[in-house]
Amino acid sequence: MRIIAIFAVVITGFLLIYATLDMPNWGDPNSPASRHVSPRYIEGTMPETATPNMVTSVLADYRGYDTLGETTVIFTAGIVCLMLLRRVTNGQ
Amino acid sequence: MVNRYENVLIETVTRLLIPAMQLFGLYVIAHGHGSPGGGFQGGCILAASFILMVISYDIKELKSRMSENLNTILCAIGVFIYGGTGLLCVILGGNFLDYSVLHKILPVDPIKARYMGMLMVEIGVGIAVMSVMISIFLNIASRGEHEGALN
Amino acid sequence: MDTMDFIIGKYNYWVYIVLMMIGFYAMIAKNNFVKKLVGMNIFQTAIILYYISIASKKGGATIPIIKEGLDKAHQYLNPLPHVLMLTAIVVMVSTFGVAVAILIMLYRRYGTLEEDEIMAIIKMEKQK
Repeated sequence: MRIIAIFAVVITGFLLIYATLDMPNWGDPNSPASRHVSPRYIEGTMPETATPNMVTSVLADYRGYDTLGETTVIFTAGIVCLMLLRRVTNGQ
Repeated sequence: MVNRYENVLIETVTRLLIPAMQLFGLYVIAHGHGSPGGGFQGGCILAASFILMVISYDIKELKSRMSENLNTILCAIGVFIYGGTGLLCVILGGNFLDYSVLHKILPVDPIKARYMGMLMVEIGVGIAVMSVMISIFLNIASRGEHEGALN
Repeated sequence: MDTMDFIIGKYNYWVYIVLMMIGFYAMIAKNNFVKKLVGMNIFQTAIILYYISIASKKGGATIPIIKEGLDKAHQYLNPLPHVLMLTAIVVMVSTFGVAVAILIMLYRRYGTLEEDEIMAIIKMEKQK
């Protein structure tokens, strides 16, 4: 069983390392991740929302619908913990 | 159920530390627009102050300040503030979560209204994260019984 | 010199892959559910580190908060991975809480957290 697990882990790690050969180098300013949509956020945050911290403006304004979903997820997690574990002992 | 272990050193340091932590948490929420911070981080700091209270005193001490009913209602109120801000934008004639229409009810221009809408949303997220973290910690650490101490 | 640049450009991805595989091994090979859960946390932490390392830019880029006099996009780090991981960390804590709650329920029901013992108890109850 352990041999199969080690085999699967090594194969998966080898495939992932093979996939990193196509990644851009670390800290490359022209990587695809920093050319596609983030310059729009960086240059638009002051004239459009008057917020210097662009993490806040992307979190709450440009991607507000996403954050609404995340808040619902943690609310659901709290309610699930309450429903699974809470025991009222002395009849209150 | 574990009884409370009283230690003068821990209780004095905690009594001094908790107000400073809560003030810093509120600062992180309110000043999240101009410095690193925001609703998630500030809510976690506020929850950490209450969890420190549970660890160094006992659960009854927390219950006298924030009851279980209040905590559970605050979970829902946080999400309600977030969704309510979005619905308010719809009522005022914009899209869902498009804060620039809030300038019709706030005395600011449309660009600053987006700033104000973000602040309302961050407050909702902070309240929700704080109460959910306290609720998860209490339920798991006391195995759902909410009695006794944890130290 | 070319090989050196290649290694320096890629080694942080390899470190995260090694960390991720440690977590993956713990998830599929360990017998105790708490150890599986710790493995899942290591896995998620590796993913978060990987995303944060995508956001970095060389050449004097600063944190994603607007300063006076800096208004070009290449002078700031990429804010998008930071935003995604900020929400992912909170969701990670929530899923960890739900998983621990389910483990407590399992322990109340079966009295153990070892996977093979739980499977043996289930098989015994089916035969009755």
